[in-house]
Amino acid sequence: MKETKKQLSVSAIENGTVIDHIPASNLFNVIQILGLDKIDNLITFGTNLESKKLGRKAIIKLAGIYFEDDDINRIALVAPEAKLNIIKDYEVVEKSIVKVPDNIAGIAKCVNPKCITNFEDVKTKFKVVSKKNVALKCHYCEKITDQEHLVIV
Amino acid sequence: MNNKSLVSIDDISTEEMVSILDLAKEFEKDPGQNLLGNKVIATLFFEPSTRTRLSFESAISRLGGKIVGFTDASSSSVTKGESLYDTIRTVNNYSDLIVMRHPIEGSARLASEISDVPIVNAGDGANQHPTQTMLDLYSIRKTQGSLDNLNIFLVGDLKYGRTVHSLLMAMSRWNTTFNFISPEELKMPVEYKLYLDKLGLKYYEHSDFSDIINEADIIYMTRVQKERFSDPMEYEKVKNVYVLRNSMLSNTKENMRVLHPLPRVNEIHTDVDANKKSYYFEQALNGVFTRQAILTRLLGLK
Repeated sequence: MKETKKQLSVSAIENGTVIDHIPASNLFNVIQILGLDKIDNLITFGTNLESKKLGRKAIIKLAGIYFEDDDINRIALVAPEAKLNIIKDYEVVEKSIVKVPDNIAGIAKCVNPKCITNFEDVKTKFKVVSKKNVALKCHYCEKITDQEHLVIV
Repeated sequence: MNNKSLVSIDDISTEEMVSILDLAKEFEKDPGQNLLGNKVIATLFFEPSTRTRLSFESAISRLGGKIVGFTDASSSSVTKGESLYDTIRTVNNYSDLIVMRHPIEGSARLASEISDVPIVNAGDGANQHPTQTMLDLYSIRKTQGSLDNLNIFLVGDLKYGRTVHSLLMAMSRWNTTFNFISPEELKMPVEYKLYLDKLGLKYYEHSDFSDIINEADIIYMTRVQKERFSDPMEYEKVKNVYVLRNSMLSNTKENMRVLHPLPRVNEIHTDVDANKKSYYFEQALNGVFTRQAILTRLLGLK
């Protein structure tokens, strides 16, 4: 019998934030929403890691970065089960989970092709009408965008 | 009202609705007050809607207001590619209030965020047309004496019909019972039925009028349009089922009235027009008083 030693697939960080339990298919959406492609900090990520809960998950480790709740909750749309570990001196000092916010601005696209936000240069705004199976009500056209039709801008 | 504009019927509190209906009643008694004597109202019709535009312009003219604007987008700078943002920022300088009709949904909300002067939404695509809903409420209250505990029949295209959706949302505030009469393809969308479930209001669905018509306090007719059907055969099968005829009204309640947002095509037979239970032309006249109430309220004149 082959016993594999528990091994870190993505190397540890000294200080910063680890975002775990991201659905592998949404890793790049998370990167985009948090603007990680535009910062100079050391970032490592792994994807298609095995996960009992998600099948295949992704993990992001961000050195020297800590998020405000409002900022990190923006990823809840694409990674509703994401867990955050705050790391100081290689130790987890705080754990938290993301929460779907009540209102969303500028992350998702309105599914309604006849919505003004798909014609005019205007930031989308939504009220979150369902958090479990995410459903967003457009502030402008009042139509519902559900999880299945969610497109990140 | 939100931001001193009228964009969506859901923005108006029940108290405010009743207050506007009361004000409209004052205008019905005396529609010619010179309240807008020094005001300029812009009517921006990015798509033509003759009926709605004439109703607004009549309301404004009778109150002594001046009107600037355009009647369809082809006669405006929109055809040169101007954004809605620029149009509103500009017209905002020329007028005290903007009435706008636009084919794109959410355009009125956006305009209300750009403009310093009040915006009245005269229809934004399939989304909202709140002054229509207000005149429907006015017509219902006037003919029934009250908005409480009525049995309202919504007939025809209940899937795409913007007016029936807004009317349902508004009337659900007064313990209304609804009867939905439509072909299978044009049934009331599930989100509205869920909304009524949540409020504990009763509703029934039918595929034809049958005997239940005699229970109605209001029959609200809408057009069943051929282009809404994916299968033209389906349309041919149902097109005569949703036509109201005078003979069908003989045993209906005394207080019952037939409403229609107009224009009518053939869904109400002309033999209904002479029946005192037909009310659609008076309903259109009520639109003038209701719009006078909304305009003067938004301008802080009443």
